[in-house]
Amino acid sequence: MTAAQQQVGSVGLNIGIFVAFVLVTLVFVYRASRSNRTASDYYAAGRSFTGSQNGIAISGDYLSAASFLGIAGAIAVNGYDGFLYSIGFLVAWLVALLLVAELLRNTGKFTMGDVLSFRMRQRPVRAAAATSTLVVSFFYLLAQMAGAGGLIALLLQIPNSNRLGQSIVIGVVGVLMIVYVLVGGMKGTTYVQIIKAGLLVVGAAVMTAWVLGKYGLNFSALLGAAVDASPKGEALLAPGLQYTNKLDFISLGLALVLGTAGLPHILMRFYTVPTAKEARNSVVWAIWLIGIFYLFTLVLGYGAAALVGPEAIAAAPGGVNSAAPLLAFRLGGEVLLGLISAIAFATILAVVAGLTITASASFAHDVYANLIKKGEARPQDEVRVARMTALVVGVVAIVGGILVNGINVAFLVALAFAVAASANLPTLLYSLFWKRFNTMGALFSIYGGLASCVLLIVFSPVVSGPKSVILPNGGFDFFPLENPGIVSIPLSFLLGIVGTFVGRRERFNAEKFAEMEVRSLTGAGAEKAVSH
Amino acid sequence: MSTTEECRAGTAYERVQAGPEFADLRRRLRRFVFPMSAAFLVWYLAYVLLASYASELMATKVLGNVNVGLVVGLLQFVSTFAITTAYVRFANRHIDPAAERIRHQIEGQVR
Repeated sequence: MTAAQQQVGSVGLNIGIFVAFVLVTLVFVYRASRSNRTASDYYAAGRSFTGSQNGIAISGDYLSAASFLGIAGAIAVNGYDGFLYSIGFLVAWLVALLLVAELLRNTGKFTMGDVLSFRMRQRPVRAAAATSTLVVSFFYLLAQMAGAGGLIALLLQIPNSNRLGQSIVIGVVGVLMIVYVLVGGMKGTTYVQIIKAGLLVVGAAVMTAWVLGKYGLNFSALLGAAVDASPKGEALLAPGLQYTNKLDFISLGLALVLGTAGLPHILMRFYTVPTAKEARNSVVWAIWLIGIFYLFTLVLGYGAAALVGPEAIAAAPGGVNSAAPLLAFRLGGEVLLGLISAIAFATILAVVAGLTITASASFAHDVYANLIKKGEARPQDEVRVARMTALVVGVVAIVGGILVNGINVAFLVALAFAVAASANLPTLLYSLFWKRFNTMGALFSIYGGLASCVLLIVFSPVVSGPKSVILPNGGFDFFPLENPGIVSIPLSFLLGIVGTFVGRRERFNAEKFAEMEVRSLTGAGAEKAVSH
Repeated sequence: MSTTEECRAGTAYERVQAGPEFADLRRRLRRFVFPMSAAFLVWYLAYVLLASYASELMATKVLGNVNVGLVVGLLQFVSTFAITTAYVRFANRHIDPAAERIRHQIEGQVR
């Protein structure tokens, strides 16, 4: 490999474009801060966003660095199997659209706990909902921060050997994120997501058109070139290169498709719009944007295989994740690489900010206001606690990100999806659609799903198997699958039924059930938008 | 409204919940979203199973280098977009007007 290949792009330009992004978003965040007065402003942006704005922000939240860099890279190296991932991520949105988004918007106020505890005994259910929200957000957060190191290596050319340099950059990213959240609240964070999503989709569209243009707009010719460039040949176009354990793949597929509608930071976004109809519109926007984006990544992945070559990708700093940036450099030189790099950085920043605000809202609203203060907290105190929590979460993210830097924790994202699918989704669906579901049922399905999911991961090959990066000699890999979804999701659904039967002596609250059902379907009594 | 009648029927929400108009709204929504959810989940699982257990079939060329796997994968995109569009049309036509009527009944006593 020549020196020119190793030194791809200009660090100055990458940083310059990223700084420009930060400055522009800071202006929006500052402007947003002027209308941050009430709890509803801080958590839910005063419910003032339109469906299309929120839909773009949702895709900004959802299309993390894993989606963009990870999927494009997986397609470039392992071909079709990378594409399988994106299909699960997309189809999952139908669960949110058909079963969850509108009913949740009509019923809740700020958090997932609002909906789950609506007709149950408040304190235990809120505590459970907050626990699972914090666990999911924490795993997701850590995975995003851990990925940052690899990106830094690639984009700022700070090698993995320079731990201090990388740590400083992770610290800077973390501090910026804290500023966004503290100053801008949900409104500021949403603007950051919107700007980032716009850049990401436009950038990917330009690259897709460019790649297809090189092959005379003939997708089949592009595939042929990718096959010719890959050492794996024709196998690149068929499933089976990355996922060799069939049962594991089914388990992953299940977690992906059922996880999205249980991710707390996605659910919380539905509260930023004024009505259920706008919540529906936001999912529709998100589905189209995310779907089209994944079609772009299909072209980009095979394009990177054809134009850059899987060997060059694997050899680059950042490995598989560098496929999209290297393709950008091959197509448009330094400027396009700088743009794509800055977008990738902005992606981490925006997703982490969204997670932080969700975790802090759940702690302040569910734990502080409703558990500790028993619903008597003054709104300004609640927001103060939320800001302090955001600060703590931010510091934890920075420290955690530095500690796990370099360890491949991609499984944490899959775990976050598996926990969301096992602990949150069954409970959410039961409490929205099943009349007899009760407090005990909710506790069984949340804690049961959470515990089974985490335990199965602990005893899985990813933690202590021979190929593990954490404890390769641990040897306590009793559970054969990497993803627990195929066991923990049905188990949690079952536990919800068992728990409901165990707690059947609990008095049926007909009044609250009627209020929840009528509210969820009609929007009567739902939280209104704040007007300033 | 007489107070005795109100006592017997419970809160405003309970009265609405027991009424025929709400029952009709709930039935219509569930009759759409439950079968549709089952359908797309089965179709997605079928795809996952095909990709796991029938990779030979998935590798069969259809047009140029485009194989069955790519076509079926892209069909998942098409079905997702189609279900989204169908649901929005359904909700606009059959859910929103009824939901709005009931909401006004509850909230808009003074209108």
